[in-house]
Amino acid sequence: MSSSVAPADLPVPGRSDRDDTSYELAQEGATKTKRVKQRLTSRGATIAALIIAVVWTLPTFGLFVSSFRPEDEIRNNGWWTIFQNPGFTLANYQDVLLSSSASSPQLGSYFVNSLAIAIPGTLFPLVLASLAAYAFAWIKFKGSNALFILVFALQIVPLQMALIPLLQMFSLGLRFGETQILPGLPAGNYAQVWIAHTIFALPLAIFLLHNFISEIPGEVIEAARVDGAGHGQVFFRIIIPLALPAIASFGIFQFLWVWNDLLVALVFSGGTPDVAPLTQRLAELTGSRGQEWQRLTAAAFVSLVIPLIVFFSLQRYFVRGLLAGSTKG
Amino acid sequence: MASVTFDKATRLYPGSTKPAVDSIDLQVADGEFLVLVGPSGCGKSTSLRMLAGLEEVNDGNIFIGDRNVTDVPPKDRDIAMVFQNYALYPHMTVAENMGFALKIAGVNKDERAERVLEAAKLLDLEPYLSRKPKALSGGQRQRVAMGRAIVRQPQVFLMDEPLSNLDAKLRVQTRTQIASLQRRLGVTTVYVTHDQTEALTMGDRIAVLKDGVLQQVGSPRDLYEKPQNVFVAGFIGSPAMNLFSSDMADGGVKFGSSVVNLDRKFLQAAHGSKITVGVRPEDVIVSTTPGDGLEIEVDLVEELGADGYLYGHATTQGGERTDIVARVDGRLHPHAGEKVYLLPQPGHLHAFDAETGVRLNDAAAIG
Repeated sequence: MSSSVAPADLPVPGRSDRDDTSYELAQEGATKTKRVKQRLTSRGATIAALIIAVVWTLPTFGLFVSSFRPEDEIRNNGWWTIFQNPGFTLANYQDVLLSSSASSPQLGSYFVNSLAIAIPGTLFPLVLASLAAYAFAWIKFKGSNALFILVFALQIVPLQMALIPLLQMFSLGLRFGETQILPGLPAGNYAQVWIAHTIFALPLAIFLLHNFISEIPGEVIEAARVDGAGHGQVFFRIIIPLALPAIASFGIFQFLWVWNDLLVALVFSGGTPDVAPLTQRLAELTGSRGQEWQRLTAAAFVSLVIPLIVFFSLQRYFVRGLLAGSTKG
Repeated sequence: MASVTFDKATRLYPGSTKPAVDSIDLQVADGEFLVLVGPSGCGKSTSLRMLAGLEEVNDGNIFIGDRNVTDVPPKDRDIAMVFQNYALYPHMTVAENMGFALKIAGVNKDERAERVLEAAKLLDLEPYLSRKPKALSGGQRQRVAMGRAIVRQPQVFLMDEPLSNLDAKLRVQTRTQIASLQRRLGVTTVYVTHDQTEALTMGDRIAVLKDGVLQQVGSPRDLYEKPQNVFVAGFIGSPAMNLFSSDMADGGVKFGSSVVNLDRKFLQAAHGSKITVGVRPEDVIVSTTPGDGLEIEVDLVEELGADGYLYGHATTQGGERTDIVARVDGRLHPHAGEKVYLLPQPGHLHAFDAETGVRLNDAAAIG
């Protein structure tokens, strides 16, 4: 019995033991990461990383150089001969962006289409998935685990398998036997593309955000509930700010995926120039016989600008240690 | 300000057959500081979380004032809670942390700032108001957690082992601060701890729990002087009370060859021929004269300056070894290997039923 009694001014046995072990574990982890860090910062590793970086960037660099070369030069020699065959022109960019002749790509309006698809196509799944992730992680309800596994398992279904049924549902509406549950959507409409992208993104988004949100200390959420916050306030004032790194990283991935997507756009945009994104235009850019392929380099760079902006502007949200100081240890 | 009432409140975790909190009946008066104490796993934190609304109540009711809050969500209970690990909002400054509840409640900005400042002054947190929790020390974080509760001006404060993460010195300091703060604010407080020293020093009353069952509720003095059963006797007090079973004799109980008087009516109430006797280490008379009580062989004497603690053991007739602790003079005391004889000071013997563990003597006086 005396073992359960501890004076206040002595460290309490049970608790301090636990802290010691966790401290040791942390120590062990720290030395491990230190070792890994040391290995990664050795000279050999640096050289290897440099080589990989150069090899990966070289084609993009070549593309970049080519995009400023005159048509004849592009057709006759490679970009690496730029010093032997100098030449600089903005004609390619002018051609893909500004030219109003019927045969030119006129990328400007497709650029706007791409933004109109990619921004909602990123925001919708992010909003829905973070709400769902909060519910799965912090609201107890019957069958929540089974439902979560089901959602996660949906990732197994290949996107291609869902294209035709989804397209059918969009054009005919959702039917159950003879009863119409949801009306169809008009063809050549952004809504079809948005919904398709949202549906395809949700399983992974919910899974990733759930993993992050469930790591937020439960006591913080309980503290907020005791402080008078309902689910809505807990979600907007606690969960969202703390899950920002996960939301930002998923946001980047989803935006890049939607921006670079051709398949979904091709199926659901209905082929109208009003809806078709940049990628769809890029694919037919070189002309019906592929004779205009000098345009490709400039067009590729036009389509690269937005992903670069998105990446660099969102990367500041990749903050580590956002949860530091909330609870002990 | 309000009273708190547990009315046969029970919590049964799904999948377990034994309730974590077993029909607790407990009243906390308006403005009272009640400490829930017990070993880990005794259900004290669960009881507190039931009061907070973070844990479901499977049976019975909980009242705050006259209001039945059994099924009221935590946000509508008008309570403030201090968590063991502080649970500060890491993305908010100290001021925002403290003002969060007021913001949710729709208090306007000026009043919010004023009340936060007031609480910050009370806790010496003024210089830190614009810092984030990660830039604070453990003690400061603990004070922010306290401040968050104070700013609310709630009906009830709930504190779940708020000192357990502080170092020993800070813990003793903060202990006194919390107790005096509570008395100044006069807010009903339920405080959970596993540390009986904290319980004895802070509480107006103490409730001792074991295995989800309430053992005894009373003032610190009550619990120290008249523990209701063997468990409370062994739990309250440091070093713990010496407890061993002893034979009944005519008109008393045997201490070695001596007999210590005990009223006949208490002896009659006991089951069997033995009773469990308890003597606190500070209530023994140590004698070197053979035959003056229970024979003890001294194993070790701990010197703490003014006092010393004698650790020894007695061997009963059956050959069983019983460890004994006794407080002795710090300068003049027996040494290891010597034999001493031990008797309780008159009026400081605790007698318990050997079978049920229930207190036998003066039980009526506690009520």
